[in-house]
Parts: sequence; structure tokens; C-alpha cells
Amino acid sequence: MTFRKKPFRLTLWQRRGLKAFIHIFALGYITWLFFAGVTDQLGPDPVNTLINETGTWAIHFLLLTLTLSPLAKWLPSPEPMHFRRMIGVYTFVYAFAHLFTYVFFELQLDMALVASELVSRPYIIVGMVALFLLFALTATSFKRIQRIMGRKWQKLHNSIYLILPLALLHFSWSQKTFWQEPVWYWMIGLILMSPRLKHWYVTYQKKSQKKSKD
Amino acid sequence: MPKPFKPSVKLNESHVTDESVYMNRRSLLKSMGFVGASTLLAKSAGAAGWFWEDEEEKAAFKGKALEFSQPPKFQIAETRTPEDKVTSYNNFYEFGTSKDAPAQNATEFQTNPWTLKIEGMVKNPIELDHDALTKRFPLEERIYRLRCVEAWSMVVPWIGFELGALLKQADPLMSAKYVAFETLYDPKQMPGQRSRFTGGGIDYPYVEGLRIDEAMHPLTLMSVGLYGKTLPPQNGAPVRLVVPWKYGFKSIKSIVRIRLTDKKPPTTWNRLAANEYGFYANVNPNVSHPRWSQASERRITTGGLLARNRIDTQIFNGYSEVAPLYKDMDLARYY
Repeated sequence: MTFRKKPFRLTLWQRRGLKAFIHIFALGYITWLFFAGVTDQLGPDPVNTLINETGTWAIHFLLLTLTLSPLAKWLPSPEPMHFRRMIGVYTFVYAFAHLFTYVFFELQLDMALVASELVSRPYIIVGMVALFLLFALTATSFKRIQRIMGRKWQKLHNSIYLILPLALLHFSWSQKTFWQEPVWYWMIGLILMSPRLKHWYVTYQKKSQKKSKD
Repeated sequence: MPKPFKPSVKLNESHVTDESVYMNRRSLLKSMGFVGASTLLAKSAGAAGWFWEDEEEKAAFKGKALEFSQPPKFQIAETRTPEDKVTSYNNFYEFGTSKDAPAQNATEFQTNPWTLKIEGMVKNPIELDHDALTKRFPLEERIYRLRCVEAWSMVVPWIGFELGALLKQADPLMSAKYVAFETLYDPKQMPGQRSRFTGGGIDYPYVEGLRIDEAMHPLTLMSVGLYGKTLPPQNGAPVRLVVPWKYGFKSIKSIVRIRLTDKKPPTTWNRLAANEYGFYANVNPNVSHPRWSQASERRITTGGLLARNRIDTQIFNGYSEVAPLYKDMDLARYY
């Protein structure tokens, strides 16, 4: 089912304008966060605020990238796909700022502590795996690399479906109790994943039916 | 010849939406959409000004000035955490789980009238009303370090009286071994007790406990104020416990009942996750929380991101005079 029959298109300038807006928002917000943090305008504990904001906004961007392809199918329109790469890259930028804040301002470069925390705390390991995968996706996000990689590129970039549960698990696990903010993100994540899960299930069934016929 | 109609989607009985769901479709959508969207949009931490300026400023709490002495022993030299930080960065899940939620949601909290009961294994049960809390005992200002189990700390000038003085008046029986504390249970006033989403899924009322020798220790304070005035609601008005050598969650807020008992009482965080939070919860840099190290802490005073505020955590939060209470005890086992 689609929202309208004719594909929805943006003009070149509309697309550029929207992109500029996203750049200004994403870069502006993170710049402001660090500036306000350094000048002690981020509330009682600037480190805590910065960790929360960079982390939750990384997840907002992650959920947004996962909204784009269902949106493109539903509209229908090729337009959302033009925004997927930039929002994906900002997911990495915010997630990296999150780790940076943790290491530089929370642990304050106490390297022994950094080493022990990164290795021995499961929720941090989970977050690090998600960040590492995000880095791989960001590093291979150039058009040229995409062409060189061919079919392998799509395989690698399917790991976004692993990043989502890892990131949400990291979020939930970092809280003192389960019934907190992350619960809402799990729900939204599940809603975004449901058409894909259904699609995978159907293709899996078709495959196994074909096998049994052979 | 007209084409026979062929439906593009095959439907059968099991696809039919249940009538009750159909009739409630609007409220279902509303509860999913609105609640979800509003949490996404809600500001998540107490960031100042700029982006969230339109948020209405709640009337700041105006405490009543208290009369108190300042015993020099407790006027420590460490930099105090500014008052606005002490009163806006709180864990008080009854008013929401984020640090700024209690200051925002507790503004209307009614603490007068109030009754604090001391009961159980005592010869002389006591009831203190709102005024008695600040009048029955001479008040002292004590500047204590407060170490949160989340590895941050503050320095707070509390005002209060020793719990020991109160317990002595109640005259505990020889058989009393523990002291159990209970926070007010009033879902009408405390949104966290109404909804598990707001209250973090804790079983309320919040309960805490001490061994009787810990409760009688002269450092153990019943606090009724801070920074010279009565306690703001988010800090546990009208009366709270302060046990400075234990993690902050032991220092239970807005107490209505103190019960002396011969059995170790249940404690809220221990009940929720026994492997993470013990009954004793003594500050100890050598026993880490399963999810983070307790070897050091960040001291919240002033200064932005570049302030080097990570300091080593001291055993018993630096209150070594309590060490004899735990002589011959394996502190790694009884954490």
C-alpha cells in the first residue's frame, strides 16, 4: 500500500535546502553542547548531560535512518534515500562524541580506568561493538568504495540491523532499572523493524518451501 | 466478457480486527503516538537556557530559615557543592527517574502536616509532627561528603539531629537489632508511585535499613534542612536520613516510619538487584559495582567539562571512625 500513486519528488533546491538544514542542526547542536559544556552551562553535571545528549541523539539519528526506506516505499518516493547516508554518518558522529565524552570527561583519561572499564563492563562492550560497526559503515560510505565493494557493500551495511539492538541494549543496560526511557526506544525500534522482520520471515518461508519441493 | 474480480489480498477470519480493539482504535493510537513522541521530544537532562528556554520556570522552593549550631568538627574545608546543584540534581524516583525530574515534579509536595512514627521494639513509641521535627532536638549543621553509588559525589551542609538521640528517647528493647525506615507512600502526590514508567519500576514504598549500632553512630544524621533552610521536597523534605559513609541510596528521604526489629529488614535496591546493591552499601573503592568501578568518583562542584573533578574514592567515604563497626567483617562479601 502506498500513500499516493505518483512518486513524490523534491526539486533540486528543496533537497539541498533540507540537507543544509540537517547539517546545520546536527553540527550546530553538537557544537553548542560542547561549548555549553566547557563553559559550565549544561546543568548541575555537564558531563552527565553531555553523555546523555550525545547518546540519545545518536539513537534518534539511528532510528531516523531506519525510517527512511519504509518511508520511501510508502510515499512512494526516491527522495528519503538521498538523506540516508548523511543521517547515518551523523549517527556515527554522535556515537563517537558519546565515547569521547566518556573517556575524556567522565573517566578523565585515567588510562588504567579506561582500560578496565572498556574491557570488563558488558554494557560498555556492547556499546563499543555497535560503535565499531558504525565506524565500518561510515568508512565505507563513499560512493567510490561502494562501487568497488559491489555486493559485499550491502552485506556489510545490513549490520545496521545488528547495531540497533546493540545500541538499545547498551542504553537499557546503562540504567539502574529496566522501566526507564529506553523502553520507548525499544518500542519505536520494534515498530520500525516489524515490516522488515515480516519480509525476512516470508522470504525464509518461500526458500524453505522451495527446498522441500526440490 | 467482463473480467472476474480477483482480490489482490486474500483475507480470512483471522485477519479481522477484534471488535474491542477496533472500538478503541483512537485511544490506542493516541497512547502509542503521543506518549512516544513526547518522550522523544522531552528534554532529557537539565541543560540550561538556549535550546529549551521556553520551558516554564517553576517557582523555586523557598525554605524556612532554621536555627542551628555549627560544631567546628563538621565544618570541613572541602569545596561545597553549590546550593542550586544540590537542589536540582537528585535521585528521588518517586518524582521521576531523571536527575532533574524531582526538582520539577515535587514543587507541590505537601510536607505539613506530617507524622514520623518510631515504633516496633521500643519501650516508648514516639510520634513527631511537622513542627517537632525541627523543634524537639537542637539542630546542628554538618558538612558531609555524599557519595552516590553512580560514582559521583557532592559536599553538602546538612542541618539536623543525630538519629541516636531520637532512638534513645524511644528506648529500644535489648532484643532490637535493626532499624527499618519507610518513605511516604502517596501515589496522588508522587507520580513515580502511580506509574512504573515514571518510577523506574521500583516496588513502593521505598524502604531502607541499618544495623542498630550503625543507626546509633554519632555520624548518622536525621536531616531536616540544608544550606541553612528547611529541606526542599526533592532533597527529601521534611525529614531524611543521612549516612555519610554509605552510598547515597541508603539515605532514605521523606521518612514516615522508623521501626525497630530483630530481623534484617528488606531494602529497596537490594530487593531490586541483590548482586549490585547490598544491605550494607558502605562506600568502598575496592568493591566495584558489577557495571562500573567504584575506585574513583567525580566531585560535583563548579566548572565545566574541563574541570578535573575525578578524585579517588576513600574507604567509608573518608569516615574512618566507623571502621570498628565492621571489624572482622569481609567487606567484599557484605557489600
